[in-house]
Amino acid sequence: MRKSFLTLALMSAISAPALAAPQQSDHDRIARLEAQLVALQAELQAMKAAIPASVATAPAVSSNDDIDALAADSPDTAPQAAVTSSMGIAASDAGSGGSSGGGGNAFNPAISIILNGSYSHHSLSPDAYSRAGFLLAGDAGPGSNGFSLGESEVSFAANIDDKFYGQLTMAMGSDDGVDHLGVEEAYIETTTLPAGFNLRMGRFFSNIGYLNSHHAHTDSFFDRPLPYQAFLGGQYGDDGVQLRWVAPTSVFLELGGEMLRGQPYPSGGAQHGGVGTKTVFAHVGGDAGGNNEWLAGVSMLETRTAGGEDGFSGDANVYIADATWKWAPHGNFKDGGITLRGEYLLDDRDGIYIDPANPLNSALWAGQRRGGYLEGVYRLNRAWDVGYRYDRLWSDSNVPLATAFDPYRNSAELTWRNSEFSLFRLQVARDRPNATDSDNVITLQYQTALGAHGAHKF
Amino acid sequence: MKTIAMAAPLLLLASMAVAAPAQAKLKVFACEPEWGSLVQELAGDKVDLDVATTALQDVHVVEAKPSLIAKVRAADVVVCTGAGLEVGWLPQLIRQSGNAKVASGAGSFMAAAQVKTLEKPTALDRANGDVHPDGNPHIQMDPRRVLIVARQLDARLIEADPANADTYKQRGADFEKRWLVAMAKWKAQAAPLKGRKVVVHHISWVYLWDWLGIEQIGALEPKPAVPPTAAHLAELIGTTKSNNTLAIVHAAYQDSKPSNWLSERTGVPVVNLPFTVGGDAQSKDLFGLFDSTITKLLGAAK
Repeated sequence: MRKSFLTLALMSAISAPALAAPQQSDHDRIARLEAQLVALQAELQAMKAAIPASVATAPAVSSNDDIDALAADSPDTAPQAAVTSSMGIAASDAGSGGSSGGGGNAFNPAISIILNGSYSHHSLSPDAYSRAGFLLAGDAGPGSNGFSLGESEVSFAANIDDKFYGQLTMAMGSDDGVDHLGVEEAYIETTTLPAGFNLRMGRFFSNIGYLNSHHAHTDSFFDRPLPYQAFLGGQYGDDGVQLRWVAPTSVFLELGGEMLRGQPYPSGGAQHGGVGTKTVFAHVGGDAGGNNEWLAGVSMLETRTAGGEDGFSGDANVYIADATWKWAPHGNFKDGGITLRGEYLLDDRDGIYIDPANPLNSALWAGQRRGGYLEGVYRLNRAWDVGYRYDRLWSDSNVPLATAFDPYRNSAELTWRNSEFSLFRLQVARDRPNATDSDNVITLQYQTALGAHGAHKF
Repeated sequence: MKTIAMAAPLLLLASMAVAAPAQAKLKVFACEPEWGSLVQELAGDKVDLDVATTALQDVHVVEAKPSLIAKVRAADVVVCTGAGLEVGWLPQLIRQSGNAKVASGAGSFMAAAQVKTLEKPTALDRANGDVHPDGNPHIQMDPRRVLIVARQLDARLIEADPANADTYKQRGADFEKRWLVAMAKWKAQAAPLKGRKVVVHHISWVYLWDWLGIEQIGALEPKPAVPPTAAHLAELIGTTKSNNTLAIVHAAYQDSKPSNWLSERTGVPVVNLPFTVGGDAQSKDLFGLFDSTITKLLGAAK
């Protein structure tokens, strides 16, 4: 509008004198025209000064085309086309869930591989190892002497459709030279339940405690703490369903429960028609300023066991309290900071003991055993961290495995990371499994992550 | 057994009791401060805004913290960069929060998906570090791309919260007007920077250089998330010295030691740029971010 006004003014300014004085000499005419032009220019400057924003937009309008050229091809740049754009984004969001790539592989699940290996030296032969008051069940025990592949994992994960997410984790391990391949986790999970609910089904690690739901490759130490070994066989994973609910609160609050088959230790025999184990858990967490983050929880696992790995049959409950606190300047946990974690486990049993080696040898088993660990890890920078852990067990004087000695252990670790995908860890430990023995262990471990970038739990 | 039989109905009861109150305002979860600031520009007080990270955090390696799960749980829309920048934590937050609204569709807005990205790798190999298959995600350093994101985000806000559509439209138009004026000003101010050469800490500035016509001739950490080799650093000293280099640039959240190390050996000044809103005192919003960025670069040119 303003442009056309200016044009009009310019035209009239040029044409008016030309019509008024046709007989005058060209020289005079040009002189007058020049004067008019100067006046017009002054007027234009004045207008520019009066309305800076709108005039300044004028040159920018042409550069808008350059800007539009930078918009992504798929979503429409026109603001009115909101629906189209959201569809375009939804399509690209599938990539943020894990998979990405082109062509026929575009729909492949995100594949990530954990390669893990270690060398350990034990001063006490693992064959001679016995833990006072506790039979070694599940993945409990000192680990093997010498080179070992440890546990290497392959994990596949992807959205199944608009309502489900699926994950499969296969673990390859080696026990005394015999390779075995196992399904560690294989579950599907809802993604669209309302009100913060989440239903998971299949095989998965129970969400009780802190460490139990975490894959071992995210641990700060080479092996699981003693109470996890003693009461959960290292890590309790089973077949079943899990319902989880996150409360709409400013502090993180997660409540949930699981019904599981009840096959692996501390369960056994899939009692109650194959629903032998039930759990409930609650986790709360939040931040305290920008530098601190905390997470705490209480959980309970309740199981009916028949012919458990440690000779127990009857009702067993495991109660867990866990707490984690992380401090790092500005919350940059990977650049330096402190992580403190502790868990306390109580194992309550009421049943009978039948010696797995000699079934004629049986006794009543009713009593409580406890265990706990405390660990602190100091991250110096992105490459290095050092950590210390104290873990111990309290045996029971009443159960068939009665003993006056309580096993304990001290461990220290030093980790070096080349990138977030590879680490080397040196761990030294002094383990007192019973009153007479002690096991000094030195372990060197490597651990790498290949493939899709994992997103880990806190 | 009894305990658990009682716990299940209690859980349901508790959920109903807490879930009851209706939310009046649209709740927006922004992964990075620049998008938080943009939401602020476009929506003002019409939305409740949570910003997940600060300018002093490295957003590549944020953890899926419980406090963030609680915030994502409450969100109606998440506004993030995408292009793999938050791959280590955002998917985990969304899955753990159980908030279906923000998992995909209208509740999920990824800024990098709105614009053409640069540096899309032709080969994906971790030997090159933590590469992003969808291209360099740090698009916030190009005001032209910010404008495109603003237009798309405004449309998304209107879609998600039609009751306040007029406000979003009006604020969006107002932002665009002010942004275009500011862009013209920045471009004019930055004219002396055109064609100059810089060395960077991490390759996070490609969009800024693209906009201002600055040439990046080296990086202290050329492979994302992998430490540089001694040989590379030795070579970099030579490159920096021999090219009349304008500055060694690092972001507010990055350790200044490597940049200072190179500066001592080359005499080229270190410039600590805010990188996002909140990165320095002047970067209170998106306008301040670019005001500060250009002022600091011009300071090195003197």
